[in-house]
Amino acid sequence: MSIASQDTAIRTGRVTRMLIYLVLLLFALFYMLPLYVMVVNSVKPLDEITGGGMMNLPQVLTFEPWAKAWSSAQIGVEPTGLSPYFWNSIKMVVPAVAISTVLGALNGYVLTKWRFKYDTIVFGLILFACFIPFQIVLIPMAKMLGLMGLAGTTSGLVLVHVVYGVGFTTLYFRNYYAVFPTELIRAAQIDGAGFFRIFWRILLPSSGPIAVVSIIWQFTNIWNDFLFGASFAGADSQPMTVALNNLVQASHGVKEYNVHFAGAILAALPTLLVYIVAGRYFVRGLMAGSVKG
Amino acid sequence: MGFLDIDNTTKSYGAVEVLHKVDIAVEEGEFLVLVGPSGCGKSTLLNMIAGLEEITSGEIRIKDAVMNGVHPSKRNIAMVFQSYALYPNMTVGQNITFGLEMHNVPKPQRDKAMKDVANLLQIEPLLDRKPGALSGGQRQRVAMGRALVRNPDVFLFDEPLSNLDAKLRVDMRTEIKKLHQKLGTTIVYVTHDQIEAMTLSTRIAVMFGGYVQQLGTPQEIYDTPANIFVATFMGSPAMNVVPAKVVVENGRPMAHVALHDGTIASLPFSQDNLAEWDGKDIMLGIRPETITDEDAADRKSENIAQMTNRIVVTEPAGSDTFVTMTLGGRDVIARMRSDANVRAGKDFQFAVNMEKAVAFDPKTENRIAP
Repeated sequence: MSIASQDTAIRTGRVTRMLIYLVLLLFALFYMLPLYVMVVNSVKPLDEITGGGMMNLPQVLTFEPWAKAWSSAQIGVEPTGLSPYFWNSIKMVVPAVAISTVLGALNGYVLTKWRFKYDTIVFGLILFACFIPFQIVLIPMAKMLGLMGLAGTTSGLVLVHVVYGVGFTTLYFRNYYAVFPTELIRAAQIDGAGFFRIFWRILLPSSGPIAVVSIIWQFTNIWNDFLFGASFAGADSQPMTVALNNLVQASHGVKEYNVHFAGAILAALPTLLVYIVAGRYFVRGLMAGSVKG
Repeated sequence: MGFLDIDNTTKSYGAVEVLHKVDIAVEEGEFLVLVGPSGCGKSTLLNMIAGLEEITSGEIRIKDAVMNGVHPSKRNIAMVFQSYALYPNMTVGQNITFGLEMHNVPKPQRDKAMKDVANLLQIEPLLDRKPGALSGGQRQRVAMGRALVRNPDVFLFDEPLSNLDAKLRVDMRTEIKKLHQKLGTTIVYVTHDQIEAMTLSTRIAVMFGGYVQQLGTPQEIYDTPANIFVATFMGSPAMNVVPAKVVVENGRPMAHVALHDGTIASLPFSQDNLAEWDGKDIMLGIRPETITDEDAADRKSENIAQMTNRIVVTEPAGSDTFVTMTLGGRDVIARMRSDANVRAGKDFQFAVNMEKAVAFDPKTENRIAP
């Protein structure tokens, strides 16, 4: 190993190496800047911000803005804080991610292991869903939700996100299962396992990496979605992103920047958490198909 | 009616027919090997027996029950795949009993069956491991265990040894043969390796271009190949097939073959009906081991012909020495004793056992039967 690494590693002098680290450090600081501004200002009293000095560390440390953003800030007409909307988002995201991932896995399974005539065309059409801009479907989708009696409900939002997400999840799982050995499926068939048994017992237990990719992707997209939430949610099903907008865009009274910063961090926290917990599987899963295939 | 009947079975993909009217009856306890080069249709035929491919026309019957359209799991067959196809997320024990579980066999019975099979194949210490932690030979055993545990009517093997290294392959070959002798099960085995076919089978079906070229015991296939394809495919080194002319001398048909310098060697046939071919061209087939020196010639043969020819190359292989010469304008290989006094560039007197020689019609490439 040591011989190989000597041959392949780029050898650099001490000075160049210091320079490289310095540049990297500068970039890292630059990228961290927005997060720094948000965190620092969310724990300051409002007069410290309005008095200038956004970049300064707080002189008085206070978590008042966080508490206010979470439970008592004025959102629209009600002084509820972001907390009910946070739960609205959870109630929307969890089923939407779960359903779209399972559907994508099933689609991938059928498209690779139960091939039928014109299956590539079907796959192409599903893939097409990834490229349809959100705005185009707003009005037809509103009409459909109305017809189904789901307008303004969390279930309606779940449906919209599942429909939009299936294209991506199908793509992930299809490509992952394409390199999954078909002989295993045949062996299971001879062993007497049916369509769903093969799926649950053979295929899904081997799908960990790609399931993580699908979950992260779907979670991030659905949690961060604003357009569908703003268009299709009712007053009691609005997701976090819409509530955050209502908080920040409030046109009356003093602009409580510190509360806005705290609210924005709260809204970003779940996706950040998902990345920290599952991030390394994300890269592993994206690579899995390509290397072995 | 046999135990497994393949009755006028064909397979087409769209307009392309890849298997043409295959007709094989396998008796109970037989070891049938389907052998042929890639793309000859042997794996397709195996998959049709397994039920993984549909039958386009004709019938496949197991124990006289028609299998067309019957689900693979309901045919009472078991299959060993080339890649072993072990379920990666299950332990060896779970792999072996998965089929029984799917057929709703109660757990105590499953465990007993698993123990018996593990004992038979000597894989008890591996039962709790995952397939990823096994060597190639161990995986092979587990795959066989998974097939054996179901106690099926017919075992199907799809090139099970081709992923193993050379030494292990020979060991596992013997292992499979032992198992067959011990259990007396009916086996259909696909391979492209003619040595595996010869050593394992009780009967061989040599396939090429979607046709069964010849069906017979290993000895029949080897000694009396139906055509030039079978003659050259079976045996290593392959049978020498050279152009020759039939000339009747003193009422006896002789093969006239050109030596290295263009002079004619006259080799007497043992096969009398070749007199009808007087004056016509044929293709003469001689196995390498039937060309030797005088001392090593088969004592029981009544027809040893002498022929002096120039040696082009010698290849000592330890147990034998392979000698290449030019005969009928082609390279011909002789298999000599390792201590034979042969040297490249020298003339040597060869003894050809013409009792074993076969003649082919150059147009149809079929053997001219005695």
